Amino acid sequence: MTSTTSAPPAQQPKSRPGDRIFAGTAKGAGILILIILAGVAVFLISESVPALTAPADEIPGDGGLASYIWPLIFGTLLSATIALLVATPLAVAIALFITFYAPRKLAAGLGYVVDLLAAIPSIVYGFWGIFWLAPRLVPFYRWLEENLGFIPFFVGPVSSSGRTMLTIGLVLAVMILPIVSAISREVFSQVPTLHTEAALALGATRWEMIKMAVIPYGKSGVIGGSMLGLGRALGETMAVAIILSGSAAGITWALITSANPQTIAANIALEFPESTGLAVNTLIASGLALFLITLLVNMLARWVVSRRADFSGAN
Amino acid sequence: MAKRIDVSDLDIYYGNFKAVEGVNLSIEPRSITALIGPSGCGKSTFLRALNRMHEVIPGARVEGKVVIEGQDLYGSDVDPVDVRRQIGMVFQRPNPFPTMSIYDNVAAGLRLNAKKTSKSDMDDLVERSLKGANLWNEVKDRLNRPGSGLSGGQQQRLCIARAIAIQPEVLLMDEPCSALDPISTLAVEDLMMELKEQFTIVIVTHNMQQAARVSETTGFFNLNGVGQPGRLIEYNPTEKIFSNPDEKATEDYISGRFG
Repeated sequence: MTSTTSAPPAQQPKSRPGDRIFAGTAKGAGILILIILAGVAVFLISESVPALTAPADEIPGDGGLASYIWPLIFGTLLSATIALLVATPLAVAIALFITFYAPRKLAAGLGYVVDLLAAIPSIVYGFWGIFWLAPRLVPFYRWLEENLGFIPFFVGPVSSSGRTMLTIGLVLAVMILPIVSAISREVFSQVPTLHTEAALALGATRWEMIKMAVIPYGKSGVIGGSMLGLGRALGETMAVAIILSGSAAGITWALITSANPQTIAANIALEFPESTGLAVNTLIASGLALFLITLLVNMLARWVVSRRADFSGAN
Repeated sequence: MAKRIDVSDLDIYYGNFKAVEGVNLSIEPRSITALIGPSGCGKSTFLRALNRMHEVIPGARVEGKVVIEGQDLYGSDVDPVDVRRQIGMVFQRPNPFPTMSIYDNVAAGLRLNAKKTSKSDMDDLVERSLKGANLWNEVKDRLNRPGSGLSGGQQQRLCIARAIAIQPEVLLMDEPCSALDPISTLAVEDLMMELKEQFTIVIVTHNMQQAARVSETTGFFNLNGVGQPGRLIEYNPTEKIFSNPDEKATEDYISGRFG
């Protein structure tokens, strides 16, 4: 092999049509996603420009764009945060129960039922929330006001209809529960037997095994799942539009009164049919804000997940 | 520390399938006992029955007795968690916890057993265990790095350090070198020779030279055919097994005339 005088031409790997077609299709699909995303961003920005440049007194609400959108952003984040705080621990507990505790038959059935929650249309959740859940929460809210009223979240007066920020947070929690628990279940069931057995062989009880091997391994997956859930909660429209008795309450931390900030998505749905001209641009500008928030949330989630990539167990 | 194990009439099942049948043997303390035999003969299953890891698999169960210094491991009042704290295990593939640092891996078992250990005691124990596993010099400068960043042989020694850190009575090793290169294998074998001063060691191996090199006593498992339960064919001093075994099947197996 050392005696070759003229170096042979670099061997071209034989290209097969099947490979080329597949590579092209995959590349095309990837590029298409970017184009769609860019298209949405361009549309939102260009349609928002009139609202962004308009004088403050022409914006609905007379306070300028920032004071119009800011309470909506606040309402969106507040309702989604409540939903996430309620849903994540519950979803993780359900996932752990299904994966490690429930007898196999029950586990399959239970997993199916939780997945079914995801199939319920959001408008149905809206009706369920307004007719069933909200009235039943009112006595609980009264109790909260009487006993925990010193906490800013629970100051009165309690809404008599129950259509409050806390109610919508709870409804959103139920709505995002299936996705968070489905993804948690998936990652928990993928924990290698090697790791669970390593923990058990050290004399770990089942709960200790979960703490030692399962949760650390599944953590990034759970975070990813809750971020997907958060994305859904941030963008949820119909259920919020129906349930929340939104008013121009501005920024308030009170969760159980009848004065609540509206969310961006619900506000767009409610206002759009009666809007013309600059009012439409204003709504689109609020949509742009929602787009940026979800983008930010996703980047944050990725950063959280990648921060301890060394220890993720993926290597 | 090291304790004697007496097994009598042990049958091991996966659901309705009888995987191992009628095992009787006594394992001496402070010695290495090797279990050899063809794949699927039940030697790993038997090993896992010694620290009640077998029953982790759904439907798996055991009939018979495993007695360690007078205590029946399968007594009705015995908690499998306690059994596993007394009987450590090293697996076929190195399995340090990937989410933990080297230090935390070694400390993991200690944290389960004794909730309140001072930082300095813990440091001592981690150092002693890593030294016991001949790994200290290689990792002392990177104790806070993930254990999964080590080489295969180092990872396996880390797992041994983790197992000996809780000071078990017995150390079970399920083909601990099968995923390692010859140099790492030698390191682990040297380590086993040191560890037997303190522990009772039972090792499952496919490597007959390894069994001959390290063990005092060897058990040969075999099965009559597919779907038949595995049996302990012969249990004798290693020298005898490899020079003049009692059973024809043992001789066939170790001389490669098997099957």
